[in-house]
Amino acid sequence: MLSFAEIRRSVLVSAWFMFLTFPVMVIRVNPIEEVVEWRWRNLIMVGAGSFLISFVWRYLIARKERGKKAAEAGRAGGPPLARRAAVHAGFHKPLMGALAVFVLIFPFLFSTYQVNIMATALIYVMLGLGLNIVIGLAGLLDLGYVAFYAVGAYAYALLNHHFGLGFWAVLPIGAVMGATFGILLGFPVLRLRGDYLAIVTLGFGEIIRLVLENWNDFSFGPSGIANIDRPGFFGVEMSLEAATNYVYYLLIGLVLMTIFFVNRLQNSRIGRAWIALREDEIACQAMGIDKTKTKLTAFALGATWAGMAGVVFAAKTTFINPASFTFLESAIILSIVVLGGMGSIPGVIVGALVLILLPEYLRAFSDYRMLLFGAILVIMMVFRPEGLIAGARRVYEFKGKKETSDTADGIHT
Amino acid sequence: MEYFLELFLGGLTRGSIYALIALGYTMVYGIIELINFAHGEIYMIGAFTALIFASVFTLLGFNDLSILLLASLAAVTWASAYGYTIEKLAYKPLRKAPRLSALISAIGMSIFLQNYVLLAQTSDFLPFPRLIPHFSFMDPIVHVIGSAELVILITTAVVMIALTLLIKFTKLGKAMRATAQDRDMALLSGVNINKVISFTFIIGSFTAAVGGVLIASHIGMINFYIGFIAGIKAFTAAVLGGIGSVPGAVLGGMVLGWTESFATGYVSSDYEDVFAFSLLVLILIFRPEGILGRSTTQKV
Repeated sequence: MLSFAEIRRSVLVSAWFMFLTFPVMVIRVNPIEEVVEWRWRNLIMVGAGSFLISFVWRYLIARKERGKKAAEAGRAGGPPLARRAAVHAGFHKPLMGALAVFVLIFPFLFSTYQVNIMATALIYVMLGLGLNIVIGLAGLLDLGYVAFYAVGAYAYALLNHHFGLGFWAVLPIGAVMGATFGILLGFPVLRLRGDYLAIVTLGFGEIIRLVLENWNDFSFGPSGIANIDRPGFFGVEMSLEAATNYVYYLLIGLVLMTIFFVNRLQNSRIGRAWIALREDEIACQAMGIDKTKTKLTAFALGATWAGMAGVVFAAKTTFINPASFTFLESAIILSIVVLGGMGSIPGVIVGALVLILLPEYLRAFSDYRMLLFGAILVIMMVFRPEGLIAGARRVYEFKGKKETSDTADGIHT
Repeated sequence: MEYFLELFLGGLTRGSIYALIALGYTMVYGIIELINFAHGEIYMIGAFTALIFASVFTLLGFNDLSILLLASLAAVTWASAYGYTIEKLAYKPLRKAPRLSALISAIGMSIFLQNYVLLAQTSDFLPFPRLIPHFSFMDPIVHVIGSAELVILITTAVVMIALTLLIKFTKLGKAMRATAQDRDMALLSGVNINKVISFTFIIGSFTAAVGGVLIASHIGMINFYIGFIAGIKAFTAAVLGGIGSVPGAVLGGMVLGWTESFATGYVSSDYEDVFAFSLLVLILIFRPEGILGRSTTQKV
């Protein structure tokens, strides 16, 4: 039941937001014709919108507090229904089978345009999974991830332009280049803590982009490099449609490989070291984990996927310029990882598909894309820091005496 | 020599603006240990608000001086209001969360505000009216330093002195210092933490908006993206001087301003931003605590 105090609070909130957004939302100046446009309708929309949203906001805050209390009281339930259904053997196998069939026949069901969009989304899945190693597993906030993507893309574009090297020859080179740059960046920032690290990586990303933009002799400056070869298939000539489908299947292969590697890494010695590093750096060192090696491998392996994704991107679009590698691109990849769930492979895949495909299909919505990305980052952090699909913790259950089962349940969170 | 002097004063002007924005970063970091990524956007919104109100008042036929005063007043009012609201929405619920969460939330807020202004206003560069009048007594030295630069330098100095006095001698300043030192202990001693943090955001936004109005009327152009680069550079200045220290922010701003000014003047103007970012990377690697900062030992 809505109480009078609740309504009064929302009215106050809505009045405050009407005041706050007044200059930017209502008045618009046209400097050429020197007229001022008054958009009072926006004011009413802001007022009504913030009035309603404030109820939802307070409800969600209250729910989060309740959840926290419940967790503290030790009443954390098991995994949610969706996850239990997804991992249940009877359900899991047919689901995966259906998904695999859908993925394989996708190009025959939809037009080249759709396949192209899907291929773009798959590139972001790769990037997301790569960044997931650095942020999700090792807990290093890398805001310059797009720099490695640019390194891969330019490696292919330049080698192709100057030496005529093909896609398959450059794919491993791009990966190695990515890893090398990852280590180059990793070395100097080893000593830095979380937020300083974020800024340095951001600066590094911007330096790479600015160099590409200004070093005309090397990278052809802002005009970029055109006519990059598409990926070859044993020298077979392909129509545009066939080439698009080919890139799609290639990306499916690469994504599967990425998933395989990341999954194996996650449960390996080095993966557990990353998670330990993320949880507590000092405790991790005390356990005898080599911090330097662990951080450097995280940077290098994360950058490897970005390098490969860059090569594929250059081959797919056949044209690259520095404008494709701005900070906003890093922010999009970050949003994918955060929305999906840091450290969770299915989460990152879902995050990439949602964030890349939704704006493509909802055209009216695509103007608001970046606005929404920003809002998603804030809202996810405030209300659901674990993302859409939370990363599963390895849980060791004690299957012995019954008295200890309570403590084993407690680890589920 | 005259070229050198010109670059020196150019760097000083630039550095003052960086210092004004860097103050917000350094104060917020000092109190809640958060890099307020959206701070550059506050500066941008301050400049936009000033532009909007200046245009409205020009059409209403106000005279130049009252336009300058009213537009600046509107800019600092709204910028402070934005700073306050951002803290309440995006940072306050995350005060006990891991630091990475608050930082991601700040990045989200920054992207959100940029696109909010982009969608509600325009993506084009808008001409900013020259609000600062030309003083005739400056004529003999105008080729070295213009009146706009003089006003920027004086305003920065006044704001810095006022801020230092506020932090050193008022009750609020004492509460701010206490909160920065130990939040829990300050709370136990009866300091209203929420109020202090809100005030810190308001003061930081205020100085950022002052910087925004000054630089916009000096350069004469603004768009929704100015906050990003300015924000990063101001952060560089804050780190350079030692984050958390107010005199450090001023010194860092000046050093950064001179670095950029001399590097572009004597080396190449294409790589202006590269110099700034490289300086940031070098500082963080070799002296992460900054010029005036004290190194802290990490407690377990």
